[in-house]
Amino acid sequence: MLELKNISKTFNKGTVNAKTALDNLSLTLNDGDFVTVIGGNGAGKSTMLNAIAGVFRVDEGSIIADGNDITYLPDYKRASILGRVFQDPMMGTNPNMMIEENMALAMRRGQRRGLKWGITQKEREFYHEQLKLLKLGLEDRLTTKVGLLSGGQRQALTLLMATLKKPKVLLLDEHTAALDPKTAEKVLDMSDRVVEENHLTTLMVTHNMKDAIAHGNRLIMMDAGHIVVDISGEDKKKLTVPDLMALFSKASGSTEANDKMLLG
Amino acid sequence: MGSLINALPGAVSQGLVWGIMALGVYVTYRILDVADLTVDGSLATGGAVCVMMIRAGVNPWVALFAALVAGGVAGLVTALLHTKCGIPAILAGILTQLALYSVNLRIMGGKSNQPVSVDKYNLIVSQRYVREFSLSNPIIPIILVLAAIIGILYWFFGTEKGCSIRATGANKSMARAQGINPDNDIILGLVLSNALVALSGALIAQYQGAVDVNMGRGAIVIGLAAVIIGEVVFKKIKHNFAGTLTFVTLGAVVYYIVIQITLLLGLNTNDLKLITAVIVGLFLALPYWKGKVSDRRSRKGAKNA
Repeated sequence: MLELKNISKTFNKGTVNAKTALDNLSLTLNDGDFVTVIGGNGAGKSTMLNAIAGVFRVDEGSIIADGNDITYLPDYKRASILGRVFQDPMMGTNPNMMIEENMALAMRRGQRRGLKWGITQKEREFYHEQLKLLKLGLEDRLTTKVGLLSGGQRQALTLLMATLKKPKVLLLDEHTAALDPKTAEKVLDMSDRVVEENHLTTLMVTHNMKDAIAHGNRLIMMDAGHIVVDISGEDKKKLTVPDLMALFSKASGSTEANDKMLLG
Repeated sequence: MGSLINALPGAVSQGLVWGIMALGVYVTYRILDVADLTVDGSLATGGAVCVMMIRAGVNPWVALFAALVAGGVAGLVTALLHTKCGIPAILAGILTQLALYSVNLRIMGGKSNQPVSVDKYNLIVSQRYVREFSLSNPIIPIILVLAAIIGILYWFFGTEKGCSIRATGANKSMARAQGINPDNDIILGLVLSNALVALSGALIAQYQGAVDVNMGRGAIVIGLAAVIIGEVVFKKIKHNFAGTLTFVTLGAVVYYIVIQITLLLGLNTNDLKLITAVIVGLFLALPYWKGKVSDRRSRKGAKNA
């Protein structure tokens, strides 16, 4: 479904601030894989997701999605096969537009936008049903401006928008990091359900080891732009947080555990 | 008081015709979130193209349309400088505006002022009939043109393409994630905006009976004034998008009435730019001050509680 072949990315190349964020990284996602991604700050987790999304071009290597080479495709063209939810709840939605208008924008992802009316009555009914599934009461607020929603509500809406048109790959970049624990759990459950129902190939970056273990069928750990641990199937099910800590210390060659990774 | 009522029809019609320009500014400043300074040049371009064509014997409505297209081209230049050459929007606008000064002089046959008399040509609007109760009163065609423009803008920003432009203006990362190329939307928005501004310039030139190469100087400030006055003064009234656009044009009318009053108070036309800057500065600062006052009040309230 998605293949990263030896991709590398160095920011500020040729200056004293040069930082290699991705170092000859390879990863193959199978159809329906739900991969959780963990790693310390600066390990390259978000950079990897941004490379897939096309926020920047990789220096070396190639990215193959569904058999097509998308290495040189700009992000807005990749959007037709990717669904994205950002860490910042403000980033994924448009505050000045109504809930239904935001959804209508997402519904037309990958399509030519012409002079047809931006939203149809039939769509509204569909959005109503979809919002009902979130159980946040948003289905009765279709014409509310998104700017009036809470962070959790906006993130739930972004998730729904990312999957309205079934993407080939869903990218979740610490999408619950900015939410309070209760809301974060709700959004995570929602993510599980959406991924399962649509059989979506998913990459989920998280700082929380427990979440990384509890969700998905596969777990990868990153350090210094590499993938250092890749566990799936039965092995992953048996994983515990202390196991992960040990793996992390071994992989990064330091005994210094990352507080953020522990607490989360 | 009597002299104010006497001056009112002029202020209203002038405000309405500048209202078209304000709609153009609204498209860039509010919807696209770009401060576009091209308008100071494209306003005069619209006037120049229209007047020169009318003088050459072209039908005024055709000349009006040509002005619209010319303004669109000016907007396109700014848009390409910004999106394809990576120049910040505000600088791209300044560059185009500067270049347009020379272009406008060329269009005007090397003269800085070209008259177009309502006696010789069948103009759409003219200042001369502003106090007449007849069909030749300029307010009638201006309101018709305004209504048509507001209708078209209301329709357009409801379409898929229009929604896409609104998304680009509010949140580019969201737009990109939804498969929208922001560059295309910025180009379209700037073309649309400057087309409206040039149309306004064409009508202003006919209204005054002449085009002047400097007629656009400070136009952006008047446009902003109209947008902000429209928002501040009519904030309390519940309205939809068409209402917002209507209030923006009414904002221009309010602006011209305020100008009229200050002139009647004894300031002369040479002081106009200064007055304009002061008025716009005041209306820009007003929401900020209001926020501060209510801030302090709520803080006091918290202390007392």
